[in-house]
Amino acid sequence: MGSTSAHKNEGLGRRDVIKRSAALGLITVPTMSFLSACASGDSGSDETVKKGKTSAKNPLGVNETAALDVVIFDGGFGEQYAIDAEKKYTAAFPKAKVKHTATQKIQSQLQPRFNGGTPPDLIDNSGAEQMDMGVLVGKKQLLDLTPLMDAPSIDDPSKKVRDTLRPGVLEMGQFEGDPVWIMYYAYTVYGVWYSQTGLEKLDAEYPENWDDMLALCAKAKKQGIAGWTYAGKYPYYLPFSLYPFIAKIGGREVLDKIDNLEPNAWKDPAVKAAFEAYYELYKKGYILQGTPGLTHIQSQTEWTKGKALFIPNGSWVENEAAPTTPKDFKMMVAAPSGLDSSDKMPFGTIWASGGEPFVVPAKAKNPQGGMEQLRIMLSEESSKNFTQQVKSLSAFNGGTDGLTLSTAMQAGVDALKKAGDNVVNPRLQDWYVKLQKEQIGTAGLGEMMAGRLTPTEAIKKIQGFADAAAKDQSIKHYKHQ
Amino acid sequence: MQHGRYRFIVGFLVAPLALYAVFVIWPFIQAIYYSFTDWTGLSPDFKMVGFGNYTRMLKDDIFWKSLQHSVILVLVLPLVTLSLALFFAFMLNVGGRRRKNAAVSGVRGSGFYKIAYFFPQVLSIVIVALLFQFAYNPRSGMLNSALKGIGLGSVQPDWLGDPSLALICVMVVLVWSTVGFFVVLFSAGMASIPKDFYEAALLDGASRVTTFFKITVPLLWDTIQSGWVYMGILALGVEAFTAVQVMTVGPGGPDYSTSILPLYVYQTAFRDGQAGYATTIGVGLLIVTMAFAAVVMRLGRRERLEF
Repeated sequence: MGSTSAHKNEGLGRRDVIKRSAALGLITVPTMSFLSACASGDSGSDETVKKGKTSAKNPLGVNETAALDVVIFDGGFGEQYAIDAEKKYTAAFPKAKVKHTATQKIQSQLQPRFNGGTPPDLIDNSGAEQMDMGVLVGKKQLLDLTPLMDAPSIDDPSKKVRDTLRPGVLEMGQFEGDPVWIMYYAYTVYGVWYSQTGLEKLDAEYPENWDDMLALCAKAKKQGIAGWTYAGKYPYYLPFSLYPFIAKIGGREVLDKIDNLEPNAWKDPAVKAAFEAYYELYKKGYILQGTPGLTHIQSQTEWTKGKALFIPNGSWVENEAAPTTPKDFKMMVAAPSGLDSSDKMPFGTIWASGGEPFVVPAKAKNPQGGMEQLRIMLSEESSKNFTQQVKSLSAFNGGTDGLTLSTAMQAGVDALKKAGDNVVNPRLQDWYVKLQKEQIGTAGLGEMMAGRLTPTEAIKKIQGFADAAAKDQSIKHYKHQ
Repeated sequence: MQHGRYRFIVGFLVAPLALYAVFVIWPFIQAIYYSFTDWTGLSPDFKMVGFGNYTRMLKDDIFWKSLQHSVILVLVLPLVTLSLALFFAFMLNVGGRRRKNAAVSGVRGSGFYKIAYFFPQVLSIVIVALLFQFAYNPRSGMLNSALKGIGLGSVQPDWLGDPSLALICVMVVLVWSTVGFFVVLFSAGMASIPKDFYEAALLDGASRVTTFFKITVPLLWDTIQSGWVYMGILALGVEAFTAVQVMTVGPGGPDYSTSILPLYVYQTAFRDGQAGYATTIGVGLLIVTMAFAAVVMRLGRRERLEF
């Protein structure tokens, strides 16, 4: 066994070549695997298809022979509802070919197509890889959906599409001024989720104020049941009940100030009162042990197992937690309990808003087709189909008549009815994703609820993040109109 | 003469070098170019912003935190993994008591252990991370259940939910999943060390510890160095990224406790829509990697033993 080692002369030995190339490889492998994925493509030169003739049946002027390219986020709601609606499109335009793609990786699949100028005609921009809507609008990558809003509805040609939507849905699709960039197709009710059966076992009603809430938690604790749990690894689920709680205490202006990133918005007394109320849950031991280490699925499972009474969540939880939910669970949702009688808004104040954002890219080849597909989805028939399949309301107002609703969906409908005009819609999570999820959620609320920050410290930290975001020139800022 | 030799070597390398230039060096230059722009990654138009991204990076707390974690990973992971792997490989190959008339042999059942150690290597890191995520579950996970089982019901850490434990939890998983590969690598290296060396050492009455440090380690030095480089790639690059991304979703752990540079690059580019700034952080990662490579190459230089 001999050695082929490098000689001590100044030559370039084989080993040196190998070593140096190994070093070069080492340098490039980790960095480049990320960076080269970002390389931008050429601008596309493809022309958009010719617009078709408008008629009563075809108000948007869809080109009957043009292909339609749809990309759907295949998440909690699946893709079947979209496939069903696409069948209606091909029935209306038999010569058109519909290309349907379902993926969970919206951004990694579509980013190159946006950069290359060849985006699809309709996108459900949702999920963990959602593309930043603020950036897309700012860079003029989206089509104004106003023609769709002004088109007649499929069910009743005397009504415009905009008049068939649930309150707030259209406004959510706007950023500044009139253009409507996004069509939120689902309608989500956020709030405090619980099991009616669980409360009945404790001989309790849903508490309307915080003293009752604490008393109920104390009662549950004696029986070895925790009051609350939440998605500890994604603490940005906490705001689903915390933000409307803040609005109830101090009025909706407090939330608007927070959304507008105004100085000292978080130092409002209502925020402090709400934070202290939630912190008390931690201090009194009403939070399920281990919650800070649980994912959303794990915490939902503990909740459906009856280990905790309440969980802040959105209406997708019924579908998502279905595999672990016992038959006699009687899932319900309610507006957050208030603090006391001095609250500015009545009990019932709830957060409800659009979900599943659909967009038509500005450079789509068949933009009329994309909008027409949305018009079909907003018909009563497609909306009912969606509601039945995925157990969620859609943006179409009504459309639940004649359907048998689950207890959770019925509770959502009832909560909306009870709320009336008192529906709040904080925009942080669609305007400033990083601020909402990572900074306020994980670094602020998550730390406070795990007992590592006091409410005062948490507010100071969160205000710091908000101020930094307000100053940051690299993100686009928005204001409530 | 010397020139001739270069030409000879390069002659053979033209095709691979050209491929390397097109697919590695060119994107690399492109990335540095993009780091001076405000490119969003979602639209083909952008403009130059000079050193704006770089001054922003130097003032960015999360960048420094991620950098710190990446440096911890690149220092601790190779050290722990390679030490463990060396120890295991030594025990499997030469650490056993003398039996069957063989002077040098591994511990009893070493064939089985080799397979057991290597087994995690056939699992994708994503699967490993998911499995450990269940083990770390503070409610029903294996770890806390075991603690309860031995009467430590009052000690129930939140593991990945605790900022002071989260990064350690991730490192343990990375060590667990990679150590087997190095056990096999070092075993192969040890097999090529002549048996007479060990026999001579035994005759002289050397203990196992002495044999390990005086014979095994020096003769394996080249292999150890390659292992160090390889482990550095895993710690700075995709393996650590995957473990953090899958396990400490949040993301980047509670209060940024597990944020590392590749994760920060990924989030900035694909969540915040700031691909220009992301490439700047990527250049930061490049500098760290170059420093690591330089240190390894310099410290690793040693007189070669001929045998």
